Amino acid sequence: MLTCSDLRKGSKLMIDGEPHVIVQFDFTKPGKGQALYKCKLRNMITGSLFDRTYRSGESFEPAALDERDMQYLYQDETGYVFMDQKSYEQTTLGEDALGDQKYFLVDNMEVKILMFGDRGIGITLPNFVNLRVTMADPWVKGDTAAGNNKPATVETGYNLQVPSFVEAGTLIQIDTRTGDYVTRVKE
Amino acid sequence: MQGNWALSKKRPRLEQRARIVQTIRSFFFAQDYLEIETPHRLPGNAPEAHIDAVQSDGWFLHTSPELCMKRLLAAGYPRLFQLCRCWRAEERGTRHLPEFTMLEWYAAHCDYHALMDHCETLLAALLPEGKLHYRGQCINLSSPWERLTVAEAFDRFGSRSLEQALADNRFDEIIALEIEPQLGIQRPTFLIEYPGALAALARRHPQRPHVAERFELYIAGLELANAFSELTDPLEQRRRFAAEETTRQKLGKPPYPSPEKFLQELGAMPEAAGIALGLDRLVMLLTDAETIDEVVAFTPELL
Repeated sequence: MLTCSDLRKGSKLMIDGEPHVIVQFDFTKPGKGQALYKCKLRNMITGSLFDRTYRSGESFEPAALDERDMQYLYQDETGYVFMDQKSYEQTTLGEDALGDQKYFLVDNMEVKILMFGDRGIGITLPNFVNLRVTMADPWVKGDTAAGNNKPATVETGYNLQVPSFVEAGTLIQIDTRTGDYVTRVKE
Repeated sequence: MQGNWALSKKRPRLEQRARIVQTIRSFFFAQDYLEIETPHRLPGNAPEAHIDAVQSDGWFLHTSPELCMKRLLAAGYPRLFQLCRCWRAEERGTRHLPEFTMLEWYAAHCDYHALMDHCETLLAALLPEGKLHYRGQCINLSSPWERLTVAEAFDRFGSRSLEQALADNRFDEIIALEIEPQLGIQRPTFLIEYPGALAALARRHPQRPHVAERFELYIAGLELANAFSELTDPLEQRRRFAAEETTRQKLGKPPYPSPEKFLQELGAMPEAAGIALGLDRLVMLLTDAETIDEVVAFTPELL
């Protein structure tokens, strides 16, 4: 069983017999009071979202889901298609199941697909992905202050903040767990 | 090799933070407060049911410098302040760090009303323009700030009364989820007069003994400081510590040794008031930061 202190964004719990994932998580604690764990949960079968607040002392059943190594093939009108490279079985995930993770998929990427029975319901990406910047303001010469940042768009359409020296065409590494810029990739 | 971008991009706020700390020090020096340092590692903390310490080689990291500060008050130091790291186990959220910076100050011959005035003048020193812009809101800092009793706050913002919330054991949830987001929006709010049972180290109100002379300061829905008129009765303090320690042990928490030196010296402490203000949260407000992560160089996750 899990306790409140195990909960975080991405934790998967069984609630009423169905797997749920925590999509937003915050810890709060009023004054000298009890800890509260504010969660937004997504039912991984139906996709429905709801809020729930837990108090310390509550316990949770982890959602025991099999993970299968698969490769990302392509996107079509039904969704995102993955293939088990050993059995050649394919599974398709819809937009809802991927959320922002769709921005970090690259052709032939090896991922883990979460299975509920024989159905794919979620994905675990590699922690880091390299993507090319397609749009960013040019580097203003002389702007070398270390803390400066600016918005940029990468090849998948994802928007994020990057350091001022990153320009269109630069290959950058992104942390898929946070969605944040990590570093410029040497080519 | 490039440096870490997550660290580089914090620089503007870290520079502001350093200036804020300088202003705070000048503010207290100008009012004849003595800056003091007390040990971070203690045999035990003041027992409180819902505050958990981090263990350190058989002792505990302090959750607040309160006990040592009060022993200094009892020894005749009239005005003290401290800026220090404190540790609270398993507290991590957008407004919580397990290791954070506390600003505490204590003044003899004062009560909690005087501390409310101090908060108003401290913020005036930090923001001479008298206005705070935070997350698209503009908060008017001109004195006096709103004073709202806990009972009034439940009536105004809660889904049930204070009495009902206490009876249902839902006090903390209603405060955190229903009331806090409404406090300190147009101007800062002092939430005052907590139920007596929720203030283990505070003095009871002389005319209304069911409430404690305790307040919490809220700005923009953010809980910034906790303060009270200090309890100076060693026998009453011993009874309350025993009750809190019993609750802690029922919840399976490690026992603290009774703080005997503190209890022995408490009888010599003059009437006094003390306050603990979360420095990181103050910096969040003054630098318009959405999360506490943005105002410290290193979060645990960056280590």
